[in-house]
Amino acid sequence: MVLFIILAISAVAAALGMLFSRNAVHSALFLVLNFAIVAALYLTLNAPFIAMVQITVYAGAIIVLFLFVIMLLGAEQLRGVAGDGGVWQRWLAGGLTAVLLISFASILFQGNAITPASAAGVIDTSPAALGLRLFEAYVFPFEVTGVLLLAAIIGVVVLSISKKRGQQ
Amino acid sequence: MTPGQIALRALIVGFIIAFAVITGFAYTTLLERKLLARLQARIGPNRAGYIPIPRRGGGKERKLLAGFMQPAADAVKLFFKEDPQPTMVDSWVYNLAPMLAVIPAVVILAVIPWAGKINIFGAVFEPYFAIAPGLNVAVMFFLAITSIGVYGVALAGWASNSKYAVLGGIRASAQMISYELALGMSVLVPIMIADSMDLGVIVEAQRGGWFIFLQPLAAFVFFVGALAELQRAPFDLLEAEQELSAGYTVEYAGMRFGMFFLAEYMKMISFSALTAVFFLGGYRGPFVDQVPALGFVYIILKIFILLCVMIWVRASLPRLRYDQLMSFGWKVLLPISVLNFLLTAIFIVLAQEGFLF
Amino acid sequence: MEFVTPTINILIVLPVLLVAGGGALLMLLELFMAEERVKQWAPTLAIIVLALAFLQTIGLWGQTHTTFTPEGSSPMVILDNFATFLNVIFLLTGFFTVLISVNYLPRVGLNRSEYYMLMLFSLSGMMLMGMANDLILVFLALEVLSIPLYILAGLSRPRPESEESAMKYFFLGAFSSAIFVFGIALTYGATGSTALPAVLAGVSNGGALALAGVAMMLVGFGFKVAAAPFHMWTPDVYEGAPTVVTAFMSVGAKVGGFAAMLRVFVSAFGSLGQTWVPAVAVIAAITLIIGNVVAIVQPNIKRMLAYSSIAHAGYILMAVAASVNSPDGVSAALFYMFAYLFTNLGAFAIAIAAERKLGEGVMLDDYKGLAKRSPLLALAMAYFMLSLTGIPPTGGFSGKFFVFRATLEAGLVWLAVVGVITSVVSGYYYLRVVYLMYMYDGEGELHTKPALLTAVALTVLATLVLGLLPGAWYEITKQAALQGLQVLAGG
Repeated sequence: MVLFIILAISAVAAALGMLFSRNAVHSALFLVLNFAIVAALYLTLNAPFIAMVQITVYAGAIIVLFLFVIMLLGAEQLRGVAGDGGVWQRWLAGGLTAVLLISFASILFQGNAITPASAAGVIDTSPAALGLRLFEAYVFPFEVTGVLLLAAIIGVVVLSISKKRGQQ
Repeated sequence: MTPGQIALRALIVGFIIAFAVITGFAYTTLLERKLLARLQARIGPNRAGYIPIPRRGGGKERKLLAGFMQPAADAVKLFFKEDPQPTMVDSWVYNLAPMLAVIPAVVILAVIPWAGKINIFGAVFEPYFAIAPGLNVAVMFFLAITSIGVYGVALAGWASNSKYAVLGGIRASAQMISYELALGMSVLVPIMIADSMDLGVIVEAQRGGWFIFLQPLAAFVFFVGALAELQRAPFDLLEAEQELSAGYTVEYAGMRFGMFFLAEYMKMISFSALTAVFFLGGYRGPFVDQVPALGFVYIILKIFILLCVMIWVRASLPRLRYDQLMSFGWKVLLPISVLNFLLTAIFIVLAQEGFLF
Repeated sequence: MEFVTPTINILIVLPVLLVAGGGALLMLLELFMAEERVKQWAPTLAIIVLALAFLQTIGLWGQTHTTFTPEGSSPMVILDNFATFLNVIFLLTGFFTVLISVNYLPRVGLNRSEYYMLMLFSLSGMMLMGMANDLILVFLALEVLSIPLYILAGLSRPRPESEESAMKYFFLGAFSSAIFVFGIALTYGATGSTALPAVLAGVSNGGALALAGVAMMLVGFGFKVAAAPFHMWTPDVYEGAPTVVTAFMSVGAKVGGFAAMLRVFVSAFGSLGQTWVPAVAVIAAITLIIGNVVAIVQPNIKRMLAYSSIAHAGYILMAVAASVNSPDGVSAALFYMFAYLFTNLGAFAIAIAAERKLGEGVMLDDYKGLAKRSPLLALAMAYFMLSLTGIPPTGGFSGKFFVFRATLEAGLVWLAVVGVITSVVSGYYYLRVVYLMYMYDGEGELHTKPALLTAVALTVLATLVLGLLPGAWYEITKQAALQGLQVLAGG
């Protein structure tokens, strides 16, 4: 529990750091930190495989590509958004966020809100068990993911070569 | 054992292994310089430290192991060098990058099995001797940590505020991401044959024969991928001197540069160890079941041989051009490893269903 | 551990497989055939694939099947009359979209075989929306539906409008997906499962956590179906995307969103109805007001139809809100979507005929004098506008009639009043198109090719049939709705 609180606070801090840092690279690094802490949270939940996948996929691949784009575009410095949108919008957004947070907090402290559904039993989280689960219960979603990725790949090709073809 | 005891033991073993590998790192640099020199018909560093052996009958003494103090001399030099920080760098990231380079290189040691079940002074190490033994996601851990290794390089390049460094960093990250796929695919093959992601189980599965004989293609892809991941010749074009002076390390000096150096050589050692584990039977060898301590000897021997091969490759092969590097990674290595993976999977299923043999 | 094969009945998902496989087949063809020939054959192939899937779907009408049932757990995919009916809507959408695209794409220089591929992939996602019996599959189907649409919106990429469209659609779509998936996570936390039957069983004692999940999923669906106040992306996206893509997404994406929304909300979250029905009703009212009022000032037909589509989302939401307390709610929604499909695609077909070049000829002023240039097309357009307004004898009128009736049955009188008033308001901008067509003179060419005319003729016919003989069709939707709800309630 103490570990959870420490990890949770640092995860939130990292997320806030990501939001408030003006430098895109720093933001990306805070995001990596956040992912790493979330991976650690998964470890405390007895889900090492998910933790490793989290690091490999998010920290190792996606954010590296973010960094790549940031570096290639030279878009490190984010300008402020002053003058864009009225002041009342900010206050409104802030107020609504506060309402949302308070309602979430009230949900959390209601006591009966958190049903111990996930604590029903110790789930086997070994890679073999996960693999079986994936191909038994979730084989159809798994295949649908294949279609999804195929469509996304086609999309990348379509959007990136459209200009060149026109110029030929 | 209680969790506390496990943690304490992991801490002690971790310290021992980390210090051993750091010493190993120091001597790997010497090995590289000496071996490269020999391959190029030179002598190599031979001034710092030697064991004098007097000649019988007087005359000049013979110098045994000439140059064995060279790593220490290098270290002293690196420590005492001035460490200037260029202007306009992003100070935070600039200082963070060397650490981010070293941490994965050290952390990856956690899962490598150094010997089988062994009894050292009454302490029984089960199921095998490693910092974190019996981790059922060890391979995923290795891939995860490898994938994080990009950050040190990419951020060093970006934070240095120098064109050469940025180009080096971008080249490096693109290269590492590209070759990671082939690397991961080739690792799947030993996993499938051993039916586990636990490195100890993978080693024990090679009792009947090393996987390199069963899967030479996967072993080849893994080793090539490892070379690319380590940015060693012939894939070292992120530090191509002619084009980028020293790539991402160009603005670093002193011990900060030393840390990149440390990371590179420690990763060489750990990748050699992993190649040994995945394909060369790890700590296994003759009589290792009777005398478990031999496991240390075998794996260190295998690491040594693989290090020599890496150095040999560096001395023999010219550097690739960038487009060649990318097309080799994406159009040759990746399809090969996917195909190999698929065929192996089909073969295993057929064997299980009894269609073969 | 032993691998236990789940029970798989591939015939059930065959329509989806055919559609997705058709997309993959097109991609393979590009390897073996010259690009020009692939382009030539792509629409034909798409039609063949859709026709095969259609026959298979029709053959499954009246049957209830489940498939991908893992050992000791509920099935992933469910095919009942509800899903079959929605599949018919999606396949017809695809069919009409191909018909109106065949000549439009080469004319505006966008003839790429990837268009048909992505359209087919998106269609397969839509079809899965109605068939999913697990929140994870709902989410995946939503993404399969959306991602090709993001790309299609940016198909005429160097055009800034198209890029803006793709960009906005992508970002807002990604945000809404994130909110949606967070809602799924909370629901999972509250009920311990993502399978809809288990959610149904557990949601009523899920406490506030379940309510938060429901709320976030409502927001996610709200984005997808373009309900106010989550509609901000719609006008820009609809305007910037190529018109055929706009037509496709104005029907397909919306009906897809409602398909899953009906399944998830009405059946799985049905026991929480007292909590979410007021929320949906308020959203419906806001959507109706914003859509219909803002549409009045739009000078561009695509923007006008965008706001009109927001307004129609409001009418369907009325039916959704009514569906907990009235047995007619779901069937009214299904009927409304069925009628909306023909009317809206027909209106877009004529907008495509009137579009001179990419993004030219889409202002309302360009419709001046259409009646003189092409009396028949103008008549058809007028008929569609009447149907969108909801004036008999049109499919749109029948749809609104059923929706209002269901709303009244459910006791949401105030919502029905809002619906009627906004329908009257909508008459202003719909009938203005008719007014412009008949009362003014104007220049401009029309691109009428047989395929497009076929689409117009068929949609007019269908709208007329739904307007004149609504009873028979309503019976069908009623069967679809009843079964859709029973299956889940029965476990």
